[in-house]
Amino acid sequence: MLNNITIGQYYPVKSCIHDLDPRVKILLTIALIVAVFLVHSAIGYALVLGFLYLTCRLAHVPFRMLLKGLKPLRWILVLTFVLNLFFAADGDILLQWQFITIRKQGLLNALHYSLRLLFLVMGTSLLTLTTSPIQLSDGMEMLMSPLKVIHFPAHELAMMMSIALRFIPTLMDETDKIMKAQMARGADFESGNLIARAKAMVPLLVPLFVSAFRRAGDLAMAMEARCYHGGEGRTRLRVLKLGRGDLWASLAVAGLIGLIIVEGIVLPGGLW
Amino acid sequence: MSIELRNVTHTYSAGSAFQSTALRDVSLKIEDGEFVALVGHTGCGKSTLVQHLNGLLKPTSGQVLVDGEDLNGANVNRRELRQRVGLVFQYPEYQLFEETVAKDIAFGPRNQGLPEDEIDARVRRAMAHVHLDYGKYAGRSPFELSGGQMRRAAIAGVLAMEPSTLILDEPTAGLDPHGRDRILGMLQELHRDGTTIVMVSHSMDDVAKLATRVIVMDTGTVLLSGTPREVFAQREAMDKAGLGVPAAARLCAALRERGVKLPSELYTPDELREAILRLWKEGQPC
Repeated sequence: MLNNITIGQYYPVKSCIHDLDPRVKILLTIALIVAVFLVHSAIGYALVLGFLYLTCRLAHVPFRMLLKGLKPLRWILVLTFVLNLFFAADGDILLQWQFITIRKQGLLNALHYSLRLLFLVMGTSLLTLTTSPIQLSDGMEMLMSPLKVIHFPAHELAMMMSIALRFIPTLMDETDKIMKAQMARGADFESGNLIARAKAMVPLLVPLFVSAFRRAGDLAMAMEARCYHGGEGRTRLRVLKLGRGDLWASLAVAGLIGLIIVEGIVLPGGLW
Repeated sequence: MSIELRNVTHTYSAGSAFQSTALRDVSLKIEDGEFVALVGHTGCGKSTLVQHLNGLLKPTSGQVLVDGEDLNGANVNRRELRQRVGLVFQYPEYQLFEETVAKDIAFGPRNQGLPEDEIDARVRRAMAHVHLDYGKYAGRSPFELSGGQMRRAAIAGVLAMEPSTLILDEPTAGLDPHGRDRILGMLQELHRDGTTIVMVSHSMDDVAKLATRVIVMDTGTVLLSGTPREVFAQREAMDKAGLGVPAAARLCAALRERGVKLPSELYTPDELREAILRLWKEGQPC
């Protein structure tokens, strides 16, 4: 019922992509996103798409998992496209009908922005699909740790993030269970107008909040019982170490960025 | 009414890395007026099975027939069916949400679209069934109750729909002995008054006390099915399924091993006591 959300969902298989150091993966994902914004041509986008597809294959993640991650964003994508399409101030007019004017610049902007958004989401989904939440927050914490000098709460932030991520599936299961329990008492979540539907959520949300608070209390207690007192002096079970694979991955992304830049210089033809 | 499962298989998240089969080709029938105990170790598919009985889950393959009619057929009103087959989930107190106990119990009947006076009558009856005093508890917030009381209020929420079949998933989990006895006593009364009951349980002693039939599940299939006497006589199979047999049956077996001439199929404390007393009167060595 609620298993169609893939953002932030880890896909547990073994692959060389899963084995990469999370720090490297986070940095490379950021680099990839920057690279997407350097792209100015169809060939460049094809390169990025090809790269994403190849990485996906290497990670043994079905490509449709990546596409499924886009589903919740479909309206934002459509909106981005439509707004950019109609609101360009200059450029050749491609189509004019009553008050609607579509200019070439508008069409290009629309394509650029929606493709960038698309690849941005796909890139980050690939990161979360191949990196367990624990690894992800470990990586984030270590990347942010230089900021501790200026009293930036890197550890606390990472801990909050990993707890939040950890509880997404738990709360989803809980929601599913409460929904079923209320359906067994004749609740109807699917029909009626907006107000009726909003009201139908009360029997779901109240128990969900109650249980979230209860879980939070239990978790705090369990952490204290195991002497948790912040990140000070904490050692790790898995020490992150860079390996050969990380080097190859970095080279691959560097190569991609290089190709995009070269392609932009050699073929400065715009999108077409 | 009777509920029948025909070759039901259920696979979660079919076709992904999370795929897992919870039920494999399960066929069983629950007749009117039975008290069926569904037992099996954790993860053997009991909870998945009970959710098929009122149409909350659809079988991946196979059929669920209620009074001979396919539950997942095109023109079956599943909401109406859920009111005839009441399902109490594990830890049902986590589904409480209303401001008062009475309002929470009224949620089910209200969804059935009953008139106010009928709803009120049903709330009173349901509370009486679970031994919650109407005058004392009706106006209280369900979140102020004790754990055992919350459990009973939540069960009353299902009873208020007056289902002819009641399914409970581990109704006594996490309760103290007193709370546990109250729930079991209540189930016994309901069964006596004609409600068909299906109870998931881990306690073989509770099963021995209440059930008219025991269904043993193991890794998604039905391992054994029969009267408690038939099932508990298969001590080896029960041990292998990780369940064991009631304390009285274990004691009986231990005594037999030491040469006491007891019959083999005793499983309740009462009948074991009777048998031992009889031997003693006859002057046999005990």
